[in-house]
Order: sequence, then structure tokens, then C-alpha cells
Amino acid sequence: MKYMLLIATDPAEFATMTEDDNKAMMAEYWAFTQRIVESGEMVSGDPLHDVSTATTVKVRDGKTSVTDGPFAETKEQIGGYYIVDVATLDRALEIAALVPGARAGSIEVRPIRDMSM
Amino acid sequence: MTRIFAEPTQAGEYLFRRHAGEVLGTLVRRFGDLDLAEESLQDALVEALIRWPREGDPRNPASWLVTVAKSKAIDRIRRTQRRPDRESAALHRYRAPADEIDELAESLGDVGIGDDQLSLILLCCHPALNHETQVALTLRTVAGLTTHEIARGFMVELPVMAQRLVRAKSKIRRAGIPFGIPDQAKLAERIDAVMHVFYLVFNEGYASAQPNSFIRHELCGEAIRLGRTLNALVPEHAEAMGLLALMLLHDARAPGRVSAEGELITLEHQDRTMWRTAQIGEGIGLIDRAMTLRQPGRYQIEAAIAALHSSAPTAQATDWHQIDALYGSLQRFVPTPVIALNRAVARSMAVGPEAGLEMVAELVDDGALDHWYLLHSTRAELLQRAGRHEQALSAFRSAIELAPSATERRFLERRLDALAETRRSSAGRDRSGRAR
Repeated sequence: MKYMLLIATDPAEFATMTEDDNKAMMAEYWAFTQRIVESGEMVSGDPLHDVSTATTVKVRDGKTSVTDGPFAETKEQIGGYYIVDVATLDRALEIAALVPGARAGSIEVRPIRDMSM
Repeated sequence: MTRIFAEPTQAGEYLFRRHAGEVLGTLVRRFGDLDLAEESLQDALVEALIRWPREGDPRNPASWLVTVAKSKAIDRIRRTQRRPDRESAALHRYRAPADEIDELAESLGDVGIGDDQLSLILLCCHPALNHETQVALTLRTVAGLTTHEIARGFMVELPVMAQRLVRAKSKIRRAGIPFGIPDQAKLAERIDAVMHVFYLVFNEGYASAQPNSFIRHELCGEAIRLGRTLNALVPEHAEAMGLLALMLLHDARAPGRVSAEGELITLEHQDRTMWRTAQIGEGIGLIDRAMTLRQPGRYQIEAAIAALHSSAPTAQATDWHQIDALYGSLQRFVPTPVIALNRAVARSMAVGPEAGLEMVAELVDDGALDHWYLLHSTRAELLQRAGRHEQALSAFRSAIELAPSATERRFLERRLDALAETRRSSAGRDRSGRAR
């Protein structure tokens, strides 16, 4: 089964990070990604540009409206994602706990619907 | 123990209740789908209701039901396969080759039925489900209660409970919550979660202050039954033994907890001859055996405390020093204000009310617990025992204001009135003394 791991973190945390902290975090993400690539469970995954670059699109009564910002104003914001292909939810939760962002923020694990049938 | 849930309104429900837990696990393992397992078991029970009275009960009802339910499930799968428009994970999963379907139809025997039952319990108590859902699903699936009974037990409208169960099964299916027994390292954690759920069921029944709520009281019996099942499935598990002991010991005192008028009676004033001695004996035997395994935990400590209460002839003759020490150990596992408050009471009984008040003062100074009625009511009791009546009256008033239920409020008001009455009559005696 495929799961999306949405990485939600508080951007205020990053604001206080030094360059060394940043490097250490990147190294952790690199190591984590390597690990799930090697186990064959990684489907894809990318970091996102920060939320100040977000644009939200809505169509109502045929009219498209475009607004600056994310769809929900919350303290924690989606900073990246992974898609993994694993046997059970238990394994997906195990992997989610290994995402470096899980220690400062939280990881939402969502099963991906299979539309191939 | 009387079990009113065992009084079947319908013969089918009775059968479901007797066999659901043991048979369902096996079916879920075979089909990988809780809904399909439940539906096919219901089908099998309908057939049992027709055939058993005519043909006589089978020698092994559980394996009869498994065999028939499996062929019913295959019928259902074939029906769904002819309906490709129906969105169903089962449909996807069961597009199996013909020989695999035939293999499914074979009788399964009783091999591994215990593992299946444990897997079913672990599934119902999976951490990806919230506590409310875990409790409802366990009672429906493992204990075999009807949705209606669970709704009544938790004072929830029937459609709300039904919806909760539907959502739970849908999440299990769509999120891919696995059926099976995890490896040893994970299993310990998962059994902790199971014990927590069973304890929630027990407390829901035990904390019920309503004297007439048979159903809620019945939850205690269900929790004990679940506790027995868990002990059979994971033998020599010290905490599982401790939890069962704890539930048995608390429940054994239930007959003395509520007066004929339906009011709560404190431990101190309970008629101890009403306690169920055989059940107390079983609880004490269990906790003694658990302690020899030398794997301490919260349930064992709580059971040990309950055992000391249960075996004491009176409140005064209780080994309060040891209870005080046990609460000290419990605080390491469960560092909550409730435990701290209980310890203060034990300390007051062991050493004196002023020693207890010192511990209470720490909680009061904390400030975070100002709105907690138990803190005020406990403080009131201790102040009264210390002879500081004026302060006790004021603490009782604070507690009454914050009391969460009418029963608690009435209880505290009676205490307040009794204390005020004592003060009036002793003041009266003083005056008449002076007048003389």
C-alpha cells in the first residue's frame, strides 16, 4: 500500500536555526532518504519552498479566485512530503517516526487511494 | 457474577455473543476484512439457528461456524465480483484464483485460534484508532456486545455508536491497519495499549455513580472477562495479571459502594461483609503470583493497594504505611495529581491528618488544580479530621461548587451539613455548659 507522509513543522523553529543546525538537518534527511531508497520503500519525496511562496486557487460558480498564502493558516505548515510503498500501516508509521521532522514537528500519514481498479 | 448481557433477546445474538470473539479472529485472518468476517459470521449464525435445532448441536460449534462462515464469505465474494461498480477493498483483495477460493473453503480446524483472537484484540486496540473507537470496537468485536448495548453503556445515541463502528472499520480497511501479531519488541507496547483499553472499559462501569445503571455496572464484568481472555492469550504477563487482579478486587467491593438509597459510600464506611470474598481471594492470589515475576508496573501496584484494602477488617486496621509506600512507587509510573492526592490520604491515615495536609498543600500551591473538586473535598476531609472545622467548611463549599455530578454534590452537601450540625450542637453544649 502507498502512503503519503506529510511533514508539518513550525517555521518559527527554522528561523532560530544556525547554519550548522541546517547542515545537520539536511544530513539527517539525506541519511533517512537513503535508508528508504535502499529498502525499496521510497516512491518519491521532496521538500517544498516555504509557505510564503504558496498560492491558493479556488473555483466558485465558474469563477477562479487566486489568493496569496496557504489554504489553512496554522502554526504548523507542510514543509515537504514522502510517498512510500509498504505492506501495512504499522510499517508506514515506523517510517514516519524516522523522518527527522517528526522530532520537532509532526508527520501526518495518509493512505493513498488506489485508482487503478 | 451475573451477566445481564448474556440474557439474549434473540437466540442469534446469544450465539454471536458466545462465539464471536473466538471465531471472528480466525475469519478476519482468513479474509483480511472485518466487515466481511462479521457479515459471513452473521450468515453462518442464521444457518445455525435453522439447522442446529433440527440436526442437533455440532460437537464443536466454533469450528462448525468457521467452516460455514467461510463458505458464506465465498458466496459474498462471488456476488461482489459480479458487481464491479461497488467500491470495496474486499473486492480488490479477493479477485483470487479459483483454487485459492477453494482452499479458503476448506475447514480450518482449531489450530492457531488463540493467535487469531489475540490478533483481533490487537486490531481493535490499534494505536491508530482513538480510545473511544478502540473501546467500542473491542466491545462489539471481541466481547460480542450489540451496538445497542454499547451505546447504552456509554450513554451515546445508537446512531452515533453505529457510526463510530462504521468509521472504525472503514479506517482499518482503508488505512491498512494490519491484522496479525507484531514482533516481540512491538508486541509489548501493543499489549500495553490493550490493557489501557480494557481498563477504560472497567472504569467506565466502575466510575458510574448511578446506582441503577446496570448496563454501566455490567461493563465491569465485561472488562474482567476481557482481562481473563488476555491472561489466557499471553500467560505469565505480570501486568496483565495485575490488571485482572485490580479489576477483580475493585469489583468485589462494588456491593458495598452504594447505599440502598443510591448514595455513594466511602471505603471507610462500607459494610465489608457485603464484599465478595471469593473474588477478593482470586484477586489476591493473582497479584501475589504476578509479583513473583518481578516485572513491576502500575497495574500490579494498584492491585497491591486494592488487595491491602480488601483484606483489612476495618479502615483503621488497614496497613496504611504500606499503602503510602505503594503510592510512592506508583507515582514513579503514573506521576499524576490523582495519585499524589491518594498518597496524601494514605499518609494522613498512616501518620496523621496534618502530614496528609502537608502533601495536599503542595498540590494547592501548584495552583493549576484550583478547579479540581477532589482536591478541595479531600482537603476538607483532612481539615475536618485535624479539627480545623472552620477551614473544612469552606473547603467543602469550594468542592460542592466544582462537583461534576449531582451524586457527588449531594454526597458533599451531606458531609457539609453533618459537619455544620456537629459544630452547632457542640456550640450549644458549650453555651448550656456556661449557663449552668
